[in-house]
Amino acid sequence: MKARELMAHYGRQFGTLAGLLVLCGVLWALTPHFLTVSNLLNIAQQTSINAVIAVGLTFVIISGGIDLSVGSIVAFAGVVMATLLQRDVPVPLAIGAGLVFGFGCGLLNGLLVSFGRLPPFIATLGMMSMARGGGLLFTEGRPVSGFAADFRWLATGEIFHVPVPVVIMLGVYAAAHFVLRRTPFGRYVFAMGGNEEAAVLSGVQVRFHKTLVYGVCGLLSALASVLLTARLNSAQPIAGINYELDAIAATVIGGTSLMGGQGSVVGTLIGALIMGVLRNGLNLLGVSSFVQQVVIGAVIILAVLLDTAFRRPKR
Amino acid sequence: MVDSADSVVLSLRGIRKSYPGVVALDGVDLALHRGEVHVLLGENGAGKSTLMKIISGAVARDAGEILIDGRPAELRGPRDAQARGIGIIYQEFNLIPHLTAAENIFLGREPRLAPGIIDQRALRAAAGRLLGELGVAIEPGAVVGRLSVAQQQMVEVAKALSLDARVLIMDEPTSALTEQEIRELFATIARLKARGVALVYISHRMEELFAIGDRVTVLRDGRHVGTRLIRETTMPELVRLMVGRDLHDQFPKQAAPLGAEALRVEGLRRAGVLHDIGFTLRRGEVVGVAGLMGSGRTELARALFGADRIDGGRIFVRGEERTIASPRAAIDLGLGFLTEDRKHQGLVLGLSVQENTCLPSIGALSRLGLMQPAREAEVTARRIAELRIKTPGPHQRVVNLSGGNQQKVVLAKWLTTEADVLIFDEPTRGIDVGAKVEIYQLINQLAARGTAILMISSELPEVLGMSDRILVMHAGRIAGEFTAAEATPEKLLAAALGRTGLAAA
Repeated sequence: MKARELMAHYGRQFGTLAGLLVLCGVLWALTPHFLTVSNLLNIAQQTSINAVIAVGLTFVIISGGIDLSVGSIVAFAGVVMATLLQRDVPVPLAIGAGLVFGFGCGLLNGLLVSFGRLPPFIATLGMMSMARGGGLLFTEGRPVSGFAADFRWLATGEIFHVPVPVVIMLGVYAAAHFVLRRTPFGRYVFAMGGNEEAAVLSGVQVRFHKTLVYGVCGLLSALASVLLTARLNSAQPIAGINYELDAIAATVIGGTSLMGGQGSVVGTLIGALIMGVLRNGLNLLGVSSFVQQVVIGAVIILAVLLDTAFRRPKR
Repeated sequence: MVDSADSVVLSLRGIRKSYPGVVALDGVDLALHRGEVHVLLGENGAGKSTLMKIISGAVARDAGEILIDGRPAELRGPRDAQARGIGIIYQEFNLIPHLTAAENIFLGREPRLAPGIIDQRALRAAAGRLLGELGVAIEPGAVVGRLSVAQQQMVEVAKALSLDARVLIMDEPTSALTEQEIRELFATIARLKARGVALVYISHRMEELFAIGDRVTVLRDGRHVGTRLIRETTMPELVRLMVGRDLHDQFPKQAAPLGAEALRVEGLRRAGVLHDIGFTLRRGEVVGVAGLMGSGRTELARALFGADRIDGGRIFVRGEERTIASPRAAIDLGLGFLTEDRKHQGLVLGLSVQENTCLPSIGALSRLGLMQPAREAEVTARRIAELRIKTPGPHQRVVNLSGGNQQKVVLAKWLTTEADVLIFDEPTRGIDVGAKVEIYQLINQLAARGTAILMISSELPEVLGMSDRILVMHAGRIAGEFTAAEATPEKLLAAALGRTGLAAA
């Protein structure tokens, strides 16, 4: 691709990336601790959970939908997996079961949306409440804590000095980017979100693929739950509250349109990093968590405002 | 009806309006007299709706004069036109379904008790008075969404009258009414005439014109071709005025040799929409489908393509009976469907030329579940050259292309699936004359290659000029079938209007 086409396709991501770099520059100037290898790895590790959820949500949003249930699925899949771990089910099997469980919750969302013709907002709002309640019922409201070291390695381990969660996050992003750009499924996600009717009339089996999109989102929520459970050494039925909002924020800051049909996972990764860097930087500067919320909200609004302002004159 | 110059309320002189690539109106004159029903007649695309929008202030003219009561006037928008006593009732009503009839009639102009507080009693009384004058029994407090279509229409009329409309335009007012409701509407129209209101009446139903019209103006291709007093004209004369033109130069039809049967339909049914449709389509053949809007043409295409469920009938593709349960199944059987509305149904506007071109064939273009960008690029480059698609490159988003080039991208999709039965729905709608001819040439080339083509079109000349055979639909049925040789505009129009008796004229 020529430079102009590259710019047309990825210009938006360059903008987000520039935002991230400026933010890093400012924080570096304000606090020397910011730009140390250990702090950067720390940020990446803290970002990994939100970033993994946000990939799934990016798929859903590009396809023209929304998923509010991701946080609840994190909690429910987490307690299911943790319970299995405590009953001495082998680690890979327990993790597999948790992932399948999340995938199943997501598929149910997808079936309600595509075959039940419910608005995604409603279907996943219902799932948000059901999965939350399900997790609480399953553990009678108690956390499930204490796991073997080989499970906790997923949070504490390192591969070539890179924390395992960061490796997993990067793997997920590489795979997601590949799926979105190189497989028919990825192309269908864009086509459905851009114009569902035209996609149907072009022979895209929209209901099947849409169901799958929500399934993938549920699966990735469960994967995030594995990282969270390993890090906390505990699965809590009240975990993951408001995670959907962080994931939506990362997706939107990354340039994915809530109207569907356009977006990228690379943008979402940068968006998630911006949120992570911001939280970390504000912590280093000793800004209170109350103020942090205000700042993060303002950044979301600013990102979208800039986006609309830059897009408008094109037509 | 008074017929002197002082009775003219509104007159238009030399009205011209062009859109990029299309001249919609070219030197149109019109004079509306007090208390007359002036019928506007013309084929789809003749310029009726543009003219109507100019009179109602929704569209600005490029040239020409508008005179109100003999004085030149500028209409700076619908509100301005309303203030000058010009009202319009579109086919799609502008009513808010959850509000009452009275609230709708006076929306934005409610009588106030005090600033910000509506005088409900005065509101209902005034609405009741207006509805009473129209002679209709509608409660001012009735919620509009629960009223019948005919009653909603009367609420629209009352709204126009509340603005002291002296000119009232009605676009196809009877299209959704029952016989009884039509009689009531005509009674109301008579009352309006008696009050001196000038009505512009647009309808495809010829028999209505003779029932209520006083004068008729015929438009064709944006030109004024004649104004007649209804009592001095006949239906055959009006049909001739509507369609009469030389058809042969514009359409480069080349007949292709006909091959084997490509598609056969028997007794196709879809409840309430399609009834007992049967026809065959051979390789290399172009079969035109004519009919008015709402006659079931698009519904037929969607049913054949598996986009809508069918309730009965048999479909044979290349001689074998098939069930087509989804567009995917239709595509796999070699069907292609160029939809009437390319922006909403034909293309994913945010995707590129290449992504759209390959969308129906991604499966075939992929290997081991992975898309092959090189193959996609190669196929797309071929289509761009073959169809002469004007685009800066294959990665250009189709939203940035012109209408004609967008239509070519839709066609590129079906060339890429190598479809051998193509259904075109309004293939040249909204594209300019040059691009039209290119599309016609492509249709010829496809037919020459042995593609079977079903071409739905509202433009009679196009159907007559490009088809080997013509099916005419009326009310969900095939009301007539003609060979290219025997078809005339009069015969097609008569069949489309469901008036087979007229075919003799």
